[in-house]
Amino acid sequence: MDAFFLQVLNGLDKGGAYALIALGLTLVFGTLGVVNFAHGALFMLGAFCAVSVNQILTISRRVKDESVTFFAAYKDEPYLITWFGDTGEFIIDYSVPISLLVSIPIMLLVGLVMERGLIKHFYKRTHAEQILVTFGLAIVIQEIIKANFGANAIPMSAPDIVSGSASVGAMLGLGNSVIYPWWRLIYFIFSAITIFGVFAFLRYTSFGMVVRAGMHDRETVGLLGINIQRRFTIVFGLAAVVAGMAGVMYTPILPPNYHLGMDFLVLSFVVVVVGGMGSLGGAVAAGFLLGMLESFASTNTIKSLIPGIDQIIIYLVAVIILLVRPRGLLGKKGVFE
Amino acid sequence: MVDSLSLAKREDSIGNAPTKNAIFDVHDVHKSFAGLHALSEVNLKVGERTTHAIIGPNGAGKSTLLNVCVGRLAPDSGTVTFDGETLTGKKPYEINQAGVARVFQTPEIFSDLNLLENLLMPALSKRDGSFTFNAFRALNTQKDILQKAEHALEDVGLIEKRYEHAGSLSRGDKRRLELAMCLIQNPKLLLLDEPTAGMSRHDTNRTIDLLVRIKESGMTIIVIEHDMHVVFSLADHVSVLAQGKIIAAGTPSEVKGSAKVQEAYLGGAPQ
Amino acid sequence: MNMSARAKIQTTPAKDWILFIAFSIVILTMPLWTMPIGASYPALLQKFAIYGIFAIGFNILFGLTGYLSFGHAAFLGVGSYAAVWSFKLFTMNAIPAVIFGVIFSGLLAYLVGFICLRRTGIYFSILTLAFAQMCYRLAYSVLTPITNGETGLQLSGGDPRIIDRMFFEASPGLPSPRLFGYELGGYAGFYFCAVMMIITFFIAMRITRSPFGMKLKAIRSNQNRMNYIGFHTRPYTQMAFVISGMFAGLAGALLAVTDPLAGAERMTWTASGEVVLMTILGGVGTLIGPVLGAGAIKYFENIFSAFNENLLHNTFAILPDGLENIVVSAISPFVGNGWHLTLGLIFMAVVIFLPGGFMEGITRIQRYIDRKRNGSVDSKTENEKEPNHG
Repeated sequence: MDAFFLQVLNGLDKGGAYALIALGLTLVFGTLGVVNFAHGALFMLGAFCAVSVNQILTISRRVKDESVTFFAAYKDEPYLITWFGDTGEFIIDYSVPISLLVSIPIMLLVGLVMERGLIKHFYKRTHAEQILVTFGLAIVIQEIIKANFGANAIPMSAPDIVSGSASVGAMLGLGNSVIYPWWRLIYFIFSAITIFGVFAFLRYTSFGMVVRAGMHDRETVGLLGINIQRRFTIVFGLAAVVAGMAGVMYTPILPPNYHLGMDFLVLSFVVVVVGGMGSLGGAVAAGFLLGMLESFASTNTIKSLIPGIDQIIIYLVAVIILLVRPRGLLGKKGVFE
Repeated sequence: MVDSLSLAKREDSIGNAPTKNAIFDVHDVHKSFAGLHALSEVNLKVGERTTHAIIGPNGAGKSTLLNVCVGRLAPDSGTVTFDGETLTGKKPYEINQAGVARVFQTPEIFSDLNLLENLLMPALSKRDGSFTFNAFRALNTQKDILQKAEHALEDVGLIEKRYEHAGSLSRGDKRRLELAMCLIQNPKLLLLDEPTAGMSRHDTNRTIDLLVRIKESGMTIIVIEHDMHVVFSLADHVSVLAQGKIIAAGTPSEVKGSAKVQEAYLGGAPQ
Repeated sequence: MNMSARAKIQTTPAKDWILFIAFSIVILTMPLWTMPIGASYPALLQKFAIYGIFAIGFNILFGLTGYLSFGHAAFLGVGSYAAVWSFKLFTMNAIPAVIFGVIFSGLLAYLVGFICLRRTGIYFSILTLAFAQMCYRLAYSVLTPITNGETGLQLSGGDPRIIDRMFFEASPGLPSPRLFGYELGGYAGFYFCAVMMIITFFIAMRITRSPFGMKLKAIRSNQNRMNYIGFHTRPYTQMAFVISGMFAGLAGALLAVTDPLAGAERMTWTASGEVVLMTILGGVGTLIGPVLGAGAIKYFENIFSAFNENLLHNTFAILPDGLENIVVSAISPFVGNGWHLTLGLIFMAVVIFLPGGFMEGITRIQRYIDRKRNGSVDSKTENEKEPNHG
């Protein structure tokens, strides 16, 4: 029972990341009708927002290391600590949450520029061409990141206070063996809040209602004299923000490197297709489902039963679901066929 | 018109017993979409070598009926038989192999191939449905098939445009091309979905002439049409579909006289 | 006049033969004419030929049927593994290795195609991607006994090589692939690959011109209509998929022939993406395009990635110092390790401005020249027809 619960938890944070990326992907597809292969790059850009913020906060100068008394040793001390002392240290410690706030305007800007500069011209082109041009863009973005940050993964740390593990088991009365890193728990809660936020935004604001109506029947909404195009552009920006925030928050779990985006993109696409192209609920459900399946498949019991299953489970499930349900779990008829 | 005389004659000969040697038989077909009855208790018998028109107001279920006939939709109940073979539950390509060809309301053609290539496809299609992997003999050396395709283009008057892309044709030409693609297969039954919709009067008359020639060659035709002019110049037999049911059937003149039809279709105003 | 202008586009058997002979000559004389552009060394020439084959095969599927596969690298990988195993178990002769590579990748392609072709569009792409990822992941993990995992499959002194042993004693050191006694290193290796490429080009040309190829194009154009004129389309797409998978397997086997090792990294989805890039860059659905695309990518990859800052400084040494530094620092992000950045930019530019790839560029230039030459009357009719091309 404990082991089972642990695997559920393990699946949650990864599933949350999949769901957040897939949500943006399917939102863009549902509104603009564009297949965006560069969406993974947005996730990666978010992660590197966090890296940049951390690097800016820790711009240092060389100072003499007082703790070494045998010889003259030097160490790097961030200006923030020099100037503000403990407060500075506190700010550096919280660089990831700070980056979350910083990333919102940056990702919004990136999203809007991307949509106006490139995606806009591809509404009418075939899906294959959309895939290809955004694939090219993804390569360009990841190479720019590689040129600036190097090819190695850059470790990031969560704030000290949540760097340990929570004894979730004890909290829920399941026994003490269930312990789980705080940050992963936070990631799951963060993703749940974001997902609910997006859904609430689409359901309860008048902006969201127009967008949903536009997804359903673009022509009619256009005839009502509403500039649906501008709203869809904003939706693209929103999707970029969601992907970026997902990336920022994921850095303490997985040190980001330049091909992070591509890695997640493939999986997110599988998630979107499994959930059903253009279905928001489907994307979220499939994200958590596949995240969970992946974590269960990597337990030793299952691995010894079917060797190698942990490596391929997501793809295998995707193949089976697509063959049994051609439009994915919650896909609508006529989309993308 | 010249045709009116000969047409009247045929009406007499076939009108008596149009269902005796029925080649195409729709029996008790039901189809509903989410509780909405698109077709109910539809019965239709089409005699060999006759032209059967299906008319009816918009949303009467005419296109649904054709879709059921060619296997695009599966009926909820009922059967469709053609030439003694049950068509219900068969795939579109199997139905075509049985000898049924269809022209669609929006032309289904190969828009990025040229006209000649468009016709080569049906010319290559085999009745037995066999998969032929003739990957080594170049197509442009196979004179017989090329000639067949060119003849078919001549028949519909598109031969001058044979190297143009089908996508660049006018709507009327696209319809004619699609018709040629069906005719080259020499089908036993031809299904036409509004073959003259959106055409100018001149084009409509050209199409009628063409269809009359096809009809005279002895092909069985089912045509859905709005234009009464077309219906009365072509059909031997007319069925009137309204709200998914056949409310009247008979020769064109009988149907024209029926009060029930005028009420449902012509809005009570006799023409 | 209208018709004669159109008829020019039509192909004839004679023209095809001319094209084929010209192609063969160009390929076989490659070591000569690549010399001025600094590409005339065997390793690169072999790559031109091998990736040319890969792209030609991919184009049979994507160019003709319009099915965009994102998993073709899996067939390439399987071809490589099969070839290396043939070297290990049977003989160092390249012919059996190539045959094994083609057969095994063909079998895998049959299986993958059988499942994936049930879907079209993006669903097909994702399914092929999923299969390729599964192959890649399995090659790294449970299939290690066959693939030798991360190290990659290599020849070793203890290999049985049954057939070779029947004829001669094992020599010390590792043997290299040969063709009945001729070692296939260097230029010999290139010519072996080149001949293979000419054969595949010939097959691709015949397929494109045949009724089978025409049916594939019709499937791309309107699958519905194909059904309604009595074609069961699946056997055709399946056949195209298997042929293109076998070509990929041939390319993989040739990679092993020129350098007898095989690794799972050949099967990553970015490797599948690369062949898509090649085909698009050259021109989808054309005969020469994919070869051009493959050549261009492999050439620039080699040239650009070889550049480093020193080399750049040498190249621009004629410029004044300040300017030299500016130029070098402006260019250096795009060469060397940054070569992929250039590739991504070129690729985007092609998709945006020249969706038909290099081949469309060539036709545009040709048309422009024609118009200049024929004077104003013809150019007017050309202009009128322009929108029809879409």
